[in-house]
Amino acid sequence: MSTLDSKIPEGPIKDKWTKHKNDINVVNPANKRLIDVIVVGTGLAGGAAAASLAEMGYAVKAFAYQDSPRRAHSIAAQGGINAAKNYQNDGDSTYRLFYDTVKGGDYRSREANVYRLAEVSGNIIDQCVAQGVPFAREYGGLLDNRSFGGVLVSRTFYAKGQTGQQLLLGAYSAMNRQIGKGKITMYNRHEMMDVVIVDGKARGIIARNMITGEIEKHSAHAVVIASGGYGNVFFLSTNAMGSNASAAWKIHKKGAFFANPCYTQIHPTCIPRSGDFQSKLTLMSESLRNDGRIWVPKNMDDVKAIRDGKKKPTDLSEEERDYYLERRYPAFGNLVPRDVASRAAKERCDAGFGVNATGEAVYLDFKSAINRYGNEKAHVLGIHNPSGAKVTELGEAVIEEKYGNLFQMYEKIVAENPYKTPMMIYPAVHYTMGGIWCDYNLMTTIPGCYAAGEANFSDHGANRLGASALMQGLADGYFVLPYTIGDYLADDIRTGTISTDSSEFNDAAKEVADRLEKLISIKGTKSVDSFHKRLGEVMWNKVGMARNAKGLTEAMDEIKQIREDFWKDVRIPGGVNELNPELEKAGRVADFLELGELFAKDALQREESCGGHFREESVEEDGLQKGEAKRNDKDFTHVAAWEYKGDPREAVMHKEELEFNDIELKQRSYK
Amino acid sequence: MDLTLKVWRQKNKEDKGGIETYPIKGISEHASFLEMLDVLNEQLISEGKEPVAFDHDCREGICGTCSLYINGEAHGPDRKVTTCQLHMRMFKDGETVYIEPWRSKSMPVIKDLIVDRTAFERIQQAGGFISVNTSGNTQDANALPIAKPMADKAMDAATCIGCGACVATCKNSSAMLFVAAKVSQYSYLPQGQIERKERVLNMVEQMDKEGFGNCTNTGACEVECPKGISLEFIARMNKEYLGASIVSE
Repeated sequence: MSTLDSKIPEGPIKDKWTKHKNDINVVNPANKRLIDVIVVGTGLAGGAAAASLAEMGYAVKAFAYQDSPRRAHSIAAQGGINAAKNYQNDGDSTYRLFYDTVKGGDYRSREANVYRLAEVSGNIIDQCVAQGVPFAREYGGLLDNRSFGGVLVSRTFYAKGQTGQQLLLGAYSAMNRQIGKGKITMYNRHEMMDVVIVDGKARGIIARNMITGEIEKHSAHAVVIASGGYGNVFFLSTNAMGSNASAAWKIHKKGAFFANPCYTQIHPTCIPRSGDFQSKLTLMSESLRNDGRIWVPKNMDDVKAIRDGKKKPTDLSEEERDYYLERRYPAFGNLVPRDVASRAAKERCDAGFGVNATGEAVYLDFKSAINRYGNEKAHVLGIHNPSGAKVTELGEAVIEEKYGNLFQMYEKIVAENPYKTPMMIYPAVHYTMGGIWCDYNLMTTIPGCYAAGEANFSDHGANRLGASALMQGLADGYFVLPYTIGDYLADDIRTGTISTDSSEFNDAAKEVADRLEKLISIKGTKSVDSFHKRLGEVMWNKVGMARNAKGLTEAMDEIKQIREDFWKDVRIPGGVNELNPELEKAGRVADFLELGELFAKDALQREESCGGHFREESVEEDGLQKGEAKRNDKDFTHVAAWEYKGDPREAVMHKEELEFNDIELKQRSYK
Repeated sequence: MDLTLKVWRQKNKEDKGGIETYPIKGISEHASFLEMLDVLNEQLISEGKEPVAFDHDCREGICGTCSLYINGEAHGPDRKVTTCQLHMRMFKDGETVYIEPWRSKSMPVIKDLIVDRTAFERIQQAGGFISVNTSGNTQDANALPIAKPMADKAMDAATCIGCGACVATCKNSSAMLFVAAKVSQYSYLPQGQIERKERVLNMVEQMDKEGFGNCTNTGACEVECPKGISLEFIARMNKEYLGASIVSE
């Protein structure tokens, strides 16, 4: 087993990034024009990187499978973006943001990277405001903040419930300026099919024009992968339909190590599935848990009556309800972190207490909050002894002010009025903390190939805190990569344009074309989606919220079987040389069918519970924490980085030991 | 519910295209419109036919990718939703549903229900930005207070998702609502003042070059806009344009 060099700079943690920036090589402006950089993906990380690199003078080629960079899935982020500005004067600081993020990640992230993230977080807000991002403001004209889970300060900046959209449109506008100047060449509706390696370095990609089907060769001096996470390996997730792991998986197969694939965030408050036709799941913001109380019926008879439509949830008295989070976690109650809340919902539903037809839903009830706010409001208005109806009316108005858009979204999807009857929610796959391994410079184990944003593994450890994904994507794209990539490219000022007429490019292009031809020639009997759904079912049942050795071992075999069936029996109508959505999906699902097996293998190897990864064998056996997740710092304070060996189950693990010099490792307790 | 679907099929840009009829059975009223199309496509694949190509991605109403003309309305019969947020409970058992792509000379059909919206890209590239480079040394965000009503107005304009429903709905194929949203967002903000004039002139020039029609104030775009972008912004853009045209620096 080799040791991985994370290239963390020497010196005290607060000086590392400044010192590193002073020490690394820079490319002179005249030479930057001679250097090409490819960026795959145009979400927050990719869009920000492409714009910044072009502004610096590099010749950038950016690729997106969507018809516009503005449609990348960063656009769907709701809540906000964290930054250690301390505008609220509540004691926030770079150190506190760093500490919260490492602790929230259950002590499985790299300290130096997280500190840098906290350090540049303030710059992100400055930059976005300068670009014209319309953040929420107070009446005095200054920026407003809100609070998010897992922290004690108010440091989240937001733009209504559309923060991701506004930040992405900011990066998109910066890209547009460079596209207009000819500094970025934008390739929309193009999919990255493989990376090309020349003399051991990433020197370009093979892309498919999704309209014509043409296989194109694109060269560059460095390649940045910013293609997002792999949550769709579960089929159902809150990701976009097109979100995929293919770019990341292709570079993995060419030598980039894949780190901690088992770290997945399952978000507790999503709208439950309603049938087999379900194509994706919709998130309801974490902020709802500030006022909503989560419960299921205490008695099985009531569960049955509700499922049969004989009783309504509002018919049950307080005594007949089990507010299980408040019961199990009196200190944090409904505001426990995401991983804990998700597992508790699963526990109740597995025990048979799920409240909808599929048995996979719990209630999120606003009745108490409506009453509380209603009484407060009546008091303010000077109404003494208000009637029940008046209290409800006043309370509902307050709730509408706070969460109106979410309640409306829920009503559109479910066709029930959440003011009158509790919402039904269930956990869903939302974000992947694992990803391509990269060093402090965000370079992967392939020289010249970088990974940024959700595609890399670097900053969130085993669990991501709310409002930190946007921060990390923009930090990587605006403030980290543009510096670190120069250090590598400084050696390339005399290289000149890389020719695509080489055996490496031609072989890679042929390999891609052959694979597509192979897929379309199978002419089997089952659709791509049918295999994807089978994979998703195995992943959810055996590699989902709670995992054990037996289930994971079975999952590896079952996924292998689905993969073999896929390559024998998939049916892809249409041709290769045309717009063919089924062919696009097939390529992505083929990659998920490999990644899924490595995912299960990684989960099997990590015989501890940490963050989003819960092993049923590793729980506290007695005391106050009985039944809770048990971390094993002695044996597992490391990053598991996997090297591809031709078959996912043959992958070889390389360890990066994690050192914590500035933070003491502690158990998270929410009791 | 059972439905009869009349779907526009067109092999590629050059193909003439036409309506095909597909009966579909057993659709849940809880399914979204696009999930209904997923079911149709599964059915077509099992029959050995080519599935219907349509644009879609986030399926939660924010990416702006989905784009269908349903029974003659952009994004279908519901209001303030995108096609992906439209649910089958809006339809009746036995109904015949017409599904067509956006229709505009400036947004040609690529295949079936997918259209080419790159004209929107070129308009944004002509001026939809504030010229500020990435830098760790921009001034502190709170050094520039912005009055809340102005910031809120800018946000209202900025919620445009660039789906193209306004163009598809407009009898003139005008892109005014789309362009006005971006022009207005920056015109409300102090950061946008420096390039205010050239922005509106350049974006409008590009809009005209792309062949989009003029606005005749019928207001259909505002009604069909899934994000409720207000017609007021078009008035604002006209004012900005007029100001920029007659007053030189």
